[in-house]
Amino acid sequence: MQHVELARSGREERRAVWFRRGVLAAFSIPGLILVSAFVGFAGLARDAGLTLAQAVFMTGVVWALPGKVVLVGAILSGNGLPAAALAVALSSVRLAPMVVALTPEMRTPRTPAWVLYALSHFVAVTSWVLAMQQFRHVPRSMRTTYYAGLGATLVLVNMGVVAVVFAIAGRLPPAVSAALFFLTPMYFLTSLWGSARERAGQVAMVLGLVLGPVFHLLLPEFDLLAAGLVAGLAAFAIHLSAARRGGV
Amino acid sequence: MTFTAIDAWWWPYLFILVAGWLATDFWRFLGVYLGGRISEDSQLIVLVRCIATALVAAVIANLVLFPSGALAATPPLLRAAAGLTGFAAYLASGKSVPVGIVAGEAVLGAGLLLA
Repeated sequence: MQHVELARSGREERRAVWFRRGVLAAFSIPGLILVSAFVGFAGLARDAGLTLAQAVFMTGVVWALPGKVVLVGAILSGNGLPAAALAVALSSVRLAPMVVALTPEMRTPRTPAWVLYALSHFVAVTSWVLAMQQFRHVPRSMRTTYYAGLGATLVLVNMGVVAVVFAIAGRLPPAVSAALFFLTPMYFLTSLWGSARERAGQVAMVLGLVLGPVFHLLLPEFDLLAAGLVAGLAAFAIHLSAARRGGV
Repeated sequence: MTFTAIDAWWWPYLFILVAGWLATDFWRFLGVYLGGRISEDSQLIVLVRCIATALVAAVIANLVLFPSGALAATPPLLRAAAGLTGFAAYLASGKSVPVGIVAGEAVLGAGLLLA
């Protein structure tokens, strides 16, 4: 009896240790870069006419920054709910394969399904990259605990960052506000290029940069959807024809 | 049915839940459900990545060219120059995101100080 109790308390202690290590992993260079991106997002959300509560709510429920930036972009363009939802959904499909890659890394035969569904909400680029790097140093049975610490910390810290920056943004001099709003485009202009797995991703990025403003003038109601679909499909077509010419 | 279409406190939250939460967590939950059944390298995933990247790039270009608020008061040429310089610095530094961000912000800041 006592033996079992002891083993259980030992396991719980071990869980606390690995949870704490996950929390600490959030305070790293990638975590810091992410905070700067959320500083920019707070400025963007304020500019789009959102309230502080709405911006913090959006940070918690959407979490992935590309989806949020597309959502705010759709709100700014005056897109209707179906067009906005479709644009956000299309910009977030990539989350599915990321989760597919991450889940087997932290699953054990005894992991309940609801734990995996709950933890999948924390999946976005930064936590995913950190987890994929760190998991080999984490015992398999502790990985869900570790990821819970890491993911929850990143989400909560950045909800706090959004709230604080949102609250003080109105009192900043115009030049500082301008620099703040410029953080989001600068962050994505650089990180998007680096995260492209293949040449096609970079082609899609350049085409999207050109077609975004074009469709903003031509089709303001559906600018993001039109630019994403046309540029994405064109980049994919170029990718297929290059593969056919180069390979096989 | 835009973000400001209904004048009630709950409408923006519902908008965010449907267009934001549902549109993103749907894919995360699908990822858990599918488990190991789709591969990162399949052609379908390449297409998905292309569309997602182009969508975000379109938003970024619109934020630089048609901004609102404080950024709207800055000259468009300065914003474009800052973006291009930051991107060039990112490539020159061996793809360092912080270097790219700092370089772009420096050009924007210098331009605003001199104006």
